[in-house]
Amino acid sequence: MAFRIGIEDLRDIAVGATFLGTGGGGDPYIGRLMAETAIRDNGPITVLEMSDLTDDMWIVPSAMMGAPTVMLEKIPNGSEMIDAFERLRARTGQTISATMPIEAGGINSMIPLAVAARLGLPVVDADGMGRAFPELQMVSFSLHGISATPMILVDERRQQVSLDTMNNTWTEALSRTATMVMGGSSSIALYLMTGAQVRAYSVPHSLSHARHIGERWRACKSLDEPMERLIEALGAYRLFDGKIVDLLRRTVAGFARGEVAMEGMGRDQGHGMRLDFQNENLVAVRDGEVVASVPDLICVLDQDSLLPVTTEGLRYGRRVTVIGLPCAPVWRTPVGIRNVGPRYFGYDVDYIPIEMRYGHEPATRY
Amino acid sequence: MSLRLGIDVGGTNTDAVILDESGTLLAKAKRPTTPDVTSGIRNVLQAVLERADGQAIDRRDIRQAMLGTTHCTNAIVERKGLSSVAILRIGAPASLAIPPLADWPEDLVEKLQAHAEIVEGGHEFDGREIVPLNERAILDFAHRVKGVRAIAVTGIFAPVSDAHEKRAEELLREVLGEDVSISLSSQIGSVGLLERENATILNAALTDVAIRATQAFSDALAEAHIEAEKFFAQNDGTLMRLDYALRYPILTVASGPTNSLRGAAYLTGRSDAVVIDVGGTTSDIGVLLNGFPRESSIAVEIGGVRTNFRMPDLISMGLGGGTMVIGEAHRIRVGPESVGYRLTSESRIFGGRVLTMSDIAVRSGRASFGDPERVADVAESLCVSALQSAHDMLADGLDRMKTSAAGVPVIAVGGGSFLIPDEMVGASEVLRPENSDVANAIGAAIAQVSGEVDRIFSLEQRGRQAVLDEAKQQAIDAAVQAGADASAVQIIEVEEIPLAYLPGNAARIRVKAAGPLASLTAAQTAAGQGAER
Repeated sequence: MAFRIGIEDLRDIAVGATFLGTGGGGDPYIGRLMAETAIRDNGPITVLEMSDLTDDMWIVPSAMMGAPTVMLEKIPNGSEMIDAFERLRARTGQTISATMPIEAGGINSMIPLAVAARLGLPVVDADGMGRAFPELQMVSFSLHGISATPMILVDERRQQVSLDTMNNTWTEALSRTATMVMGGSSSIALYLMTGAQVRAYSVPHSLSHARHIGERWRACKSLDEPMERLIEALGAYRLFDGKIVDLLRRTVAGFARGEVAMEGMGRDQGHGMRLDFQNENLVAVRDGEVVASVPDLICVLDQDSLLPVTTEGLRYGRRVTVIGLPCAPVWRTPVGIRNVGPRYFGYDVDYIPIEMRYGHEPATRY
Repeated sequence: MSLRLGIDVGGTNTDAVILDESGTLLAKAKRPTTPDVTSGIRNVLQAVLERADGQAIDRRDIRQAMLGTTHCTNAIVERKGLSSVAILRIGAPASLAIPPLADWPEDLVEKLQAHAEIVEGGHEFDGREIVPLNERAILDFAHRVKGVRAIAVTGIFAPVSDAHEKRAEELLREVLGEDVSISLSSQIGSVGLLERENATILNAALTDVAIRATQAFSDALAEAHIEAEKFFAQNDGTLMRLDYALRYPILTVASGPTNSLRGAAYLTGRSDAVVIDVGGTTSDIGVLLNGFPRESSIAVEIGGVRTNFRMPDLISMGLGGGTMVIGEAHRIRVGPESVGYRLTSESRIFGGRVLTMSDIAVRSGRASFGDPERVADVAESLCVSALQSAHDMLADGLDRMKTSAAGVPVIAVGGGSFLIPDEMVGASEVLRPENSDVANAIGAAIAQVSGEVDRIFSLEQRGRQAVLDEAKQQAIDAAVQAGADASAVQIIEVEEIPLAYLPGNAARIRVKAAGPLASLTAAQTAAGQGAER
């Protein structure tokens, strides 16, 4: 059943999106204010569940591409997607019935909400990742052979680039270069799909999942032992309690790579963890042994605020709890692991689902 | 003889110190902070000069006067005395998705009644124009806001290029003349449009508060027949001249904690340590790195408005000299309630009925003030558990702030520092400098002058080292321009964060340089030469 999202829901969704961002995806703050402004001007948003989609609907995911640091400064115009959707309509002759996120984590969880409010379209409660990933072909749609193109990139000057490519890896390369020329960020519309395709190929319930996480976070933070309560409520695995003691960053081929070393505290006193990240948190190693890896979600939570720390916000001395969450099932298939598993990111590690590494189900599951 | 006067206006007390050119403390005084702030400054000035007179200090020798004050913070928090503001953002067609004041508390928005416009212009992260500046629109804006007291101008990526902001200022002046106060965001904050714009708007709203604060400071000094160069302490532990403070009052917000940390560094000669400041109600724990406070990485809210100022990274806990001790020996609770400034009437040693940590300290011989007879009946075991609780709280706080498992030097300051034990878990040593009760005012008196660069650099063409060198030189130039002695400026902080999700190796680089006041070293050199002769 379709439901509505108003301004009061945005904070919870934004908090949830920070968890699903798994260290990357950019701070949803700017996206939340964009959605808030758009809803204030245009009223609440209708959210469609999978059962609300008809086979012949046309649905276009919307997102922003580029550096979150640029988006913090060069905020979008807000009407980029009007142009992009109009262009897609003209190209395909199809009327667009809804938009949706391609990414459930970070700023891109919020962009489709702003777009939906601004264009008066519903948004679908689903996405293509169930988390955040750095490259645009890393979506479930791509695994099922859906082309990212025709793809429209628009900048705040309303300049448009329209891409038609051989495959989604080419789309990623060409669109990122165009984004760079546009000043480091762009608004994008891509992966045009029918309702039937969205139902079959997307990761369902991402918006309501993000909202659920935000609500649990809000409820738990005022309880006794809030971290324990939150971990239970999220059905997460507690990977490590510690303090950041070393941090190494470097930029390799345009991506911010780094590793962070933690010294154990409390129940992990005397142990150590190393966490490798490239925009997102990718591999967690406890005392030399891998305990979680991409595509499962690894979040570094600040022990005081219980909020996830982004890879850009990691710093010496911070007391953190590292948690792991299982990824969407689509990433655990052989083709999923090939596309987003640890080896894709250059780590010589086999992907083993977090439940198998820990040999049990977490306390409760959402 | 060339002397420095430092004054710090805190929440409870206003402190003043006089230092000689070698940094020796000649006189100090403490008076309660007054609601109007100004009379507190006047009172403490009178008191410190009386002490100075007793030691035959000539007030004509006071060459520099530094003030750290809560005037601006209070005005924002209490929403009082704020000026009318017009808001000009240079950024269209970008940024229209979020208008100015979007995330502000409603009562403050109502108070400002600000007219806001977004005109075409602004820059990309690499300095290119997004679109050319719409000069016509700025002139129209100027005509529409005639009569407004202050204008806040914020351009997209102004920290990278301030060309459009500077041009806008010229155009606004053409129409509105010199009477209007104009705040440029490039002078105020770093990358992050909304946070920088917020700080710029707050700055503009403080126009009249700043005039009153600088006037009060000047008047108080004039009344005391002190003719000194006047400075305000900034939130980063450095100074700005009076004329600059008039233009950028927002930068004085929260100078207090910084001054306390810097004062502690100065009093001990340590540049790397953890400082524990125990007051009447709370203990603040901060970290010194290279003699400056370690800064918080989290956006700071002032009066409910999100800014991107860097404040000292502090943790505050409810433990101070006035903290109440409740219950019996085996089941005691320490705080967080406190008698606060009523310590001298409500605590046992001063004839009151409430058992406080001060009473415990006096009973166990850690401190001696008030009447020890009045706490003679307090059980020793209760004292031991109360002091142990206090120690546990402080040790936990220390551990949160430390970055390594090894013990670190701890500097104990503040009126309640007797609660910090000599042997502390996590501390390699506990230093108790003399005069730590006026660490804040000393911090103001010894403050340096700084320059900062925080922008996005492309590392592609010239390579990382060349870019870092350029950023360092820019920070040094900015410090010298602000009045630092060119021969003594040092780089105190370098931070480099690669931009995520962007090819082409761009990084956000932040460099800060600081040095002593040029006029001060000149005076010292002159004094040194005088002595030689």
